[in-house]
Formats: sequence, structure tokens, C-alpha cells
Amino acid sequence: MSLQQKDPKGSDPLHLEADVLVIGGGPSGAWAALAAAENGAKVVLADKGYLGTSGATAPSNTGTWCVAPGDDRAQIVDRRWQRTAGIADPRWMLRCVDRAYENLLKLVEWGYPFPSGDDGKLYIANLRGPDYMAFMRRRVLLAGVTVLDQHPALELFSNGETVTGAAGVDRQRNRDWRVDARAVVLASGGCAFHERILGATGLTGDGYLMAAEAGAILSGMEFTGKYTLAPHGSSLNKGLPFRWATFYREDGTEIINSDGEPLRNGIGEREKEIVRAMIKAPVYARLDQAEPALQEWLRQGQPNCFVPYDRIGIDPFKDLFRVTFRAEGTVRGTGGIRIATSDCGTDVPGLYVAGDAASREALTGATSGGGGPNSSWAIASGWWSGQGASQFAKRHELRAAFRSVSRPLGEAGLRPAGATKASLTAKDVIAAVQAEVLPLEKNYFRDGTRLETSRQTLDTLWSDVRHHLGGTGADRYRNREAAAITAAGRWSLNAALARQESRGMHRRADFKTSDPACTRPILVSGIDDVRVEAAEQAQHGKELAS
Amino acid sequence: MIEIISESRCIECDICVKVCPANVFDKTGAAPVIARQDDCQTCFLCEIYCPTDALYVAEYADGPVAITEAEVEERALFGSYSRALGWKRGKPGGTQLDTTHRIRVAQV
Repeated sequence: MSLQQKDPKGSDPLHLEADVLVIGGGPSGAWAALAAAENGAKVVLADKGYLGTSGATAPSNTGTWCVAPGDDRAQIVDRRWQRTAGIADPRWMLRCVDRAYENLLKLVEWGYPFPSGDDGKLYIANLRGPDYMAFMRRRVLLAGVTVLDQHPALELFSNGETVTGAAGVDRQRNRDWRVDARAVVLASGGCAFHERILGATGLTGDGYLMAAEAGAILSGMEFTGKYTLAPHGSSLNKGLPFRWATFYREDGTEIINSDGEPLRNGIGEREKEIVRAMIKAPVYARLDQAEPALQEWLRQGQPNCFVPYDRIGIDPFKDLFRVTFRAEGTVRGTGGIRIATSDCGTDVPGLYVAGDAASREALTGATSGGGGPNSSWAIASGWWSGQGASQFAKRHELRAAFRSVSRPLGEAGLRPAGATKASLTAKDVIAAVQAEVLPLEKNYFRDGTRLETSRQTLDTLWSDVRHHLGGTGADRYRNREAAAITAAGRWSLNAALARQESRGMHRRADFKTSDPACTRPILVSGIDDVRVEAAEQAQHGKELAS
Repeated sequence: MIEIISESRCIECDICVKVCPANVFDKTGAAPVIARQDDCQTCFLCEIYCPTDALYVAEYADGPVAITEAEVEERALFGSYSRALGWKRGKPGGTQLDTTHRIRVAQV
């Protein structure tokens, strides 16, 4: 038994007050905290893990979508818009690259050690995760933000009109915490359905569930069909080295693509063919298309990608190794909480959203924002949400005694509707959801009949979770994670059933083409009864074309 | 997953307990212990924050593997990720030498 858990009663709860509470300590949460603090707000940041190592960015090496101000800026944005399968909004894309660029220059000003490019200028279009997030932690602390590490949030509070704070558990001291706040930023990340991928196992959609309980709407939840190659059994879902891969069968023969050539490039248009091969039989790879100079750059530039090979004791440029596709849910997918205002406000007053917790459809449409776009989005949306939340806090400064009239909103996994069943564990619930939303043959290639079966399975599971999943002590956050994963799975399946076409990462075998009438986001809301509706038709294509 | 805390290398600073994003470790009166191995997300970050390279995370994420401290020592794997990054004594370093910009050009 651990020291923390020797005292079953725990210690006295922690109560704090703030203008702005930021939930989540990845890049978007850090930028939100900095923006709010710069705006004069008293800020508390609570993270499930540790600000500096939490989230999908910290263990990675990510590009940014870095577009300098200049004549070709609109063209660059337009070119990317063409690749977003509609739905994305060029106005948001432009504001995002502009805000991200400004903030990357702030990093330069603050002394972040960017590398120099071959032209001798600073190369600001890449951020090495561990260094970036260690740097952001120092900036956040310097700005006077109170940082609560290892403090998972469990639920939001509301006074009936606005969100008024949140509560959770300090999982190392086994005590409860509550922060009364005039505005809350959810920067809690996406939902990778507890897949064991780098930095995303703890991204379980907690923010989605908390927001939906407060009445927020979600959008784009069908866009969860994003997978990335990794060495089999490893956590390294980093696609870049597979740009130079050739794919093989177990017996060492090359897999032949639909044009009769060897199947190569794991991050290009042939991805579907690799997935089809993997559904049938194990697939192996070798990074044999990388020239010696490139091999050296890959090793130096992406050291995290080589940790597994070095530890297994193989040379990925010479040896065959088995690969797998890791599911990435809405972390590299695009769904999340709907943004209702330009300052990243949600449909709930006082509740703001940033990073992967928000839908990124405005930026990346039906395609993945993995890497550069998501990284720039975290910076920009973090900044806007921090500003928006601190402005909201100022407008509500005079509201008195809001704690007394606030009530907690958490239900599933926390306050079950019936008697708790010890036999219903968070682990089993998560495994049951994974069986419906992770397999390639169910979620990469989709089909109405299979989706409907999965939806019914998860509806039954939800009823169990809602009525019987619960517990006490510091481990309550595990039940909330399981509830959030189940809720996210249901929203994803409902949205996927409603989108009766194929678009971007949503691939329906029964509707193989895109339908122009479906060029609009699908909104989902509701906890027990899931409501699905189509948003207004996107007008951007017409604007751009005219 | 996290597999080894080397008691001979560990200086009992408990930084790993503090920084693990999955709260895998617990403090004790001596070296920390791996209390919740199954929660490990195999991000390797505890290794680079460790000032004495006392931790070893195996590459396999789906479950524990059998590897001994002697083997990790023999293959010089303690601290190997920190050295590849340029981190020293648990502190950031080396990102100014990152060559990723060249890969991005070659990627297109």
C-alpha cells in the first residue's frame, strides 16, 4: 500500500478562489493561464498530472503551422483549406496562424532556445515537447499562476446561470479540492479512449463530460477515425519516420499496392491499403527509403522515435519490424466541445475551451490536425480562451457570495443513479468501450449496421455506468475517466451514424462518397439521451470561390 | 512501461513522483517505488527528469517485460534517451541543435 493511501479519510479539503480556473496543463492550458494572468486575472491551473509532462505535446516533437505575415499568407491558408474536406472556416484558419505566429515570437523574446535553420535564421516552426513544456511551466509560474499538479478535476459548479468553478481530488494527498472561479477554461485535451499512446493515455475526454453536464454542445465527434503507425506494442504513434517505410508481410515479401508497386510511405495516400493489409494479417515495416543523411537527421531530430528500436535492439533502417496502427480518437481527430464565440466561449456562460478539448473543425475540417495545426491551435485557442475568460471574470467581478448558490454538476461515475456495484470497474468499462471504438475494422472503415450494433452496446453499457459506477477516495477520478470515455464513445457513434457520407477521416463503406449537402458540422449534446443535429451549411467554399 | 528504479543510482529526490503525468510512483522512506505500473503511458519523461539516470522505461507499452537492472546497465541504456535529447542532470538542453527542420524539407 502506498503512503498516500494509508490515510483513508484523507486530509482537509483545499479551497481556493480565482478569477479564472484553467483545467489542464498541456500547451493550450499553459497559454490560457498566461493570457489570463497578463490580463490581470488571479489564475489557478489544475492538472491531472504535472504541468510540463502532461498531454500529447510533452513527450513529442511537434511542428507548428507557422505562417509569417506576408503577401502569400492568404494563399497558404487557402491551399490548406482545400485539403480540409470542407467544413473548415478560412477566417478561423487565418486568425489561428496570425495568433500562433505572434505567440511563437513571444517565445523567442522570452529566450526559448529555438534551433537555427540552414539559412542562419531561428527556426520557430518546430517545438520539442519536453523542452517546450518545461519552458512553459516556468513562464506560468513566473506569471504568478497557482499550479495544482496531480489534481484531476471531477466536475464543474454552476449557479444556474454561469459556471462558477470546479472540484476534484488531489490524488497524491488523497484530499478533495474546490476552486471557486468567475470563469473556467477547459484545456483538458481530447479523448484517445485510453489507447496506450505517447502522452495521450490520460486524455480521456473528462472535459467533454464536464462541459456536457453543464449544457455545452459538442461538434465533429464523428471525426475519430484517425490512426497512426507505431512499432508493435509500443506507445510511439509518431508517423514521420514511416514517410520512408516500405511495408512487408510476415514472411518478408513486399506488400504490393493497387498499382502493382511495393507499398511505401505510411503517412500518405496509401494509408488505407496498409490498414486493409493489417486487418488481414500482421504487417512489418523497414525505413529503407531513408538516405544515410536523412537517417542521421531523423535520429537527431526525432530521438523519441528511436527509443523503441534502440531498446528492442534493432536497426529500423535495415531490419524488419512489426507495426500497428494506434487509435488517436479526438486527440489527432478533430471533434470536441463546440466553440460558440470568437474568444473560445462555449454554449455555456463562463465556460471557455482550448486546445484539443475544443472541436478543431474550423481549423482542420474533417481531416486530422495532428502535428502542426493542432500545435498552433493550442497556442492560439489557449490565448483567446484565457483572454475571454479573464474578460468574463471582470464583467462578473461584483457578483457576491457565489459559492453559496453554486451546485456541483457531476453525475455519471461520481454520483450514480442507483446502488454502486463493486463488480463494475472502470477498467472493464473502458475495455468494453475500446472493443467498439478502436478496432480498425469497426472504426477506420465504418458501416451503418456495425455502427448501430456498437451504439446499442454502448447504450446498454451507459445505463450500467450511469446507475452503478461509483466509489470513494482518490480513485474517484478513474470512474469519471471511464464515464467520460463511454460518453465520448456514444457521442462519436451517434455522430458517425448521422453523417451518411464519407468525408476526411470518416469512411463509410455504405456511403462511399461525399455529399455536398453534408458540408456542415454535426452537433451532439445530452448525456443520457443523446441529441444529434446538423449545424448550418458551411458557406466558406462559396465565399472562396467567388 | 516503467520497469526499473535503480536503488544504487537513485538519490531519493522524489522528482519522478512529482513529474510523472500518470502518477505511477509513490514516495517511501527511501527510493520511490513503482506503485501503479499499469498506469504508465510509456512517455519516457521520468527518465529525462531524473538527475541521476536511475530510471528505465521499456519500449513495450501494453504490459510489463522481463528485463534486469544488470542488462540495462550492460547495454548502457540508463540515461540513453536523455543523452539523445541533450538533457543533463534532469534539466532541459539540446533543443537548439534539433535538426527537424531538415526532415520537414525532405518530407515533402
